[in-house]
Amino acid sequence: MKTLSEADIEEFGRELDKIREDVIASRGEGDARYIRRVIAVQRALEVSGRGLLFAAVLPPVWLAGTAALATAKILENMEIGHNVLHGQWDWMRDPEIHSSTWEWDLVSPATQWKHTHNYLHHTWTNVLGKDRDIGYSLMRLSPEQPWHPYYLGQPLYNAVLAPLFEWGVALHDLELERLRRGDKSWGQAITQLRAILRKAGRQVVKDYVAFPLLAGPLFMPVLIGNLTANMTRNVWAHTVIFCGHFPDEAAVFTEEQIEGETRGEWYLRQLLGSCNLDGGPLFHIMTGNLSHQIEHHLFPDLPSNRYAEIAPRVRALCEQFGLPYNSGSLLRQTATVWKRVFRLALPTSAQRPEPDAPASAQAA
Amino acid sequence: MTALARTRIDEVALRLADTVAWLTTPLLPDDYLGLINPLWSSRKLRGRVEAVQPETNDAVSLTVRPGRGWIAHRAGQFIGVGVDVDGVRHWRTYSLSSAPECADGRVTITVKAVPGGIVSPYLVHRTKPGTVIGLTRPEGRFVLPQPVPSRLLFVTAGSGITPVMGMLRSLVWSGEMPDVILLHSAPTREEVIFGAELRRLASQVPNLRLHEHYTRSGCRLSLAQVPDLVPDWCRRGVWVCGPTAMLQEAETRWREAGIPDRLHVEHFRPAVAASTGGAGGRVRFLSSGQRADADGATPLLVVGEDAGVLMPSGCRMGICYSCTGRLRSGRVRDLRSGREYGEEGELVQTCVSAAAGPVEIEL
Ligand SMILES: Cc1cc2nc3c(=O)[nH]c(=O)nc-3n(C[C@H](O)[C@H](O)[C@H](O)COP(=O)(O)OP(=O)(O)OC[C@H]3O[C@@H](n4cnc5c(N)ncnc54)[C@H](O)[C@@H]3O)c2cc1C
Ligand code: FES
Repeated sequence: MKTLSEADIEEFGRELDKIREDVIASRGEGDARYIRRVIAVQRALEVSGRGLLFAAVLPPVWLAGTAALATAKILENMEIGHNVLHGQWDWMRDPEIHSSTWEWDLVSPATQWKHTHNYLHHTWTNVLGKDRDIGYSLMRLSPEQPWHPYYLGQPLYNAVLAPLFEWGVALHDLELERLRRGDKSWGQAITQLRAILRKAGRQVVKDYVAFPLLAGPLFMPVLIGNLTANMTRNVWAHTVIFCGHFPDEAAVFTEEQIEGETRGEWYLRQLLGSCNLDGGPLFHIMTGNLSHQIEHHLFPDLPSNRYAEIAPRVRALCEQFGLPYNSGSLLRQTATVWKRVFRLALPTSAQRPEPDAPASAQAA
Repeated sequence: MTALARTRIDEVALRLADTVAWLTTPLLPDDYLGLINPLWSSRKLRGRVEAVQPETNDAVSLTVRPGRGWIAHRAGQFIGVGVDVDGVRHWRTYSLSSAPECADGRVTITVKAVPGGIVSPYLVHRTKPGTVIGLTRPEGRFVLPQPVPSRLLFVTAGSGITPVMGMLRSLVWSGEMPDVILLHSAPTREEVIFGAELRRLASQVPNLRLHEHYTRSGCRLSLAQVPDLVPDWCRRGVWVCGPTAMLQEAETRWREAGIPDRLHVEHFRPAVAASTGGAGGRVRFLSSGQRADADGATPLLVVGEDAGVLMPSGCRMGICYSCTGRLRSGRVRDLRSGREYGEEGELVQTCVSAAAGPVEIEL
């Protein structure tokens, strides 16, 4: 990668601003129709899935019902929930599709997630000690994090985290480590915990008590179907999200590096810390367009259906400025994530080998 | 069905919805039912446009079937109408032009396209039967008292005829037309909204007299003419709806005549003070976490909407108080008077207040 001058970086930023403005100027009826259609399809899928599970006397029916429900839950979580909560659809001023009113089908309350994700993670993307999403305070995913014997078990932690991801996220939002450090009062934590319990309680009752009971003799098939659907969604979300920031090429930054960061440098950090996934339109929708993680991190509040359209422009811009644009297949990116999980479970020196050196150090 | 029975049914429906909500959490049953028929929602009042009837070149009447949660209106009242124009929800206020007695479960609004406007051209030129729109329940005090006075005077201009048309239709329906005089002003004869119906009524109902004034042919209706046209004007209850200047003149005249309480006016837009210039500032919407720069003349309501904040609103002209937000810091300017005010904790009507310096508001 060639070294960028300060002027280059600012120019890069201005070009990105232009892309952003183009999308904003052309947002309209077509985009509104898109998100409403996704929501309608998702709800129809959910109702059909649950309906099929209620008729699941034969295994293929059970499978179809569970698959429909899992698909609905994935759409709800990713293309709809995540993106609505980012405020991507706030411009429509529809109170029913708005970041301030939306609640999603996960155990974590949307408001808590908005704080840790929209604010902390998107502002401090891949900044060590600031971006709590690095390893979710559970794992060592950057060689700069000091090693501890505890990390020896991290392949196991990650494997357990995947199916329980929504619970991990809820716990993560509690910011227990800040409580330990005394940055956060017990009172705050207890209020938050109450909100989680209230939310999680309703979620658990719905999927594991109410629907199974309603199914009468089919109690078990419905219970297991719902459990499978939730876990499938969790594993899928975990996989996609980890591919977004932790494949081997993604850069990690220190607080000193980003001091006094300009808009151009902020864009650059978002670019270098994110990785895309290649795939077709349906794949993109199923990842909530987090397959366009780079575009999402550059423009977190632009409607997700537009990422595919601007991706070639962003890519061309990176080429023009000699910047990397990290993109790969789901399989490849997942493999490198796991490689990193395994490798960093073992003690390594703080200095990364040359090819992995944080790109920003060269760029900034 | 009696009102009591209806309340009972609503109560049962609510309790049922509460139970079903355990199955739809975190959503509500409404969110699923609404996909089948948006009018079934019990949380959001909506209506479906069933007919679009041209009235003049640039005005139409929309016949709307309101969904669950609607209440009967009184002639002369207005409703809020929410439509999506280019994907963005906008709310405006429209008077009901249909008589409440017409009990087919439908109501009409009559809209004149304002050149350069967002919502009215959309409603007039682009709305088709089947369109679902947001509604708010009828409200407003521009109505006839009960019992109806024996002598009435209506003074209207342009689209200002709409609430009065609602009243006239209601009087026709009741079968007891008091002594009514209508002075109406429009650019030309063709541009008189409800022109044909008004003329027919005037020729059929002996108690109803109609004076049309066409401004384009130089026959501007001035309130100074009222004593000549209506010698007993002092003894009539009067309802006026038209441009701001006309309403202000009416207020002065009736006040000077010592009978201000005979006068009822309906404003379609706020009377903006002449000198609303002045510096704006950065506005922080605390509940939603949004920030925006505002000039000194744009209502905070519009500033917030443009920034993507879900701003509550209603009439958008300072009469209904649907749009208030609590001021945390800073001062605002009342666009109607130009007056600056604001203390911490004060409720501000965002639709008629602009920022006067940096502002923090709990919205
Ligand atoms: C109580 C009440 C009842 C109303 N009833 C009716 C009704 O029955 N029929 C009807 O057609 N309208 C009625 N209105 C007016 C209506 O609410 C809208 O203001 C109007 O349709 C313009 O909206 P818009 O979105 O097209 O224009 P906007 O986009 O809001 O405004 C565009 C431009 O037009 C100007 N403008 C706004 N309103 C008017 C106007 N009335 N005349 C001239 N210029 C204007 C604005 O200052 C602005 O510069 C009523 C308003 C109120 C408050
Ligand atoms: S919207 Fe009615 S007072 Fe502001």
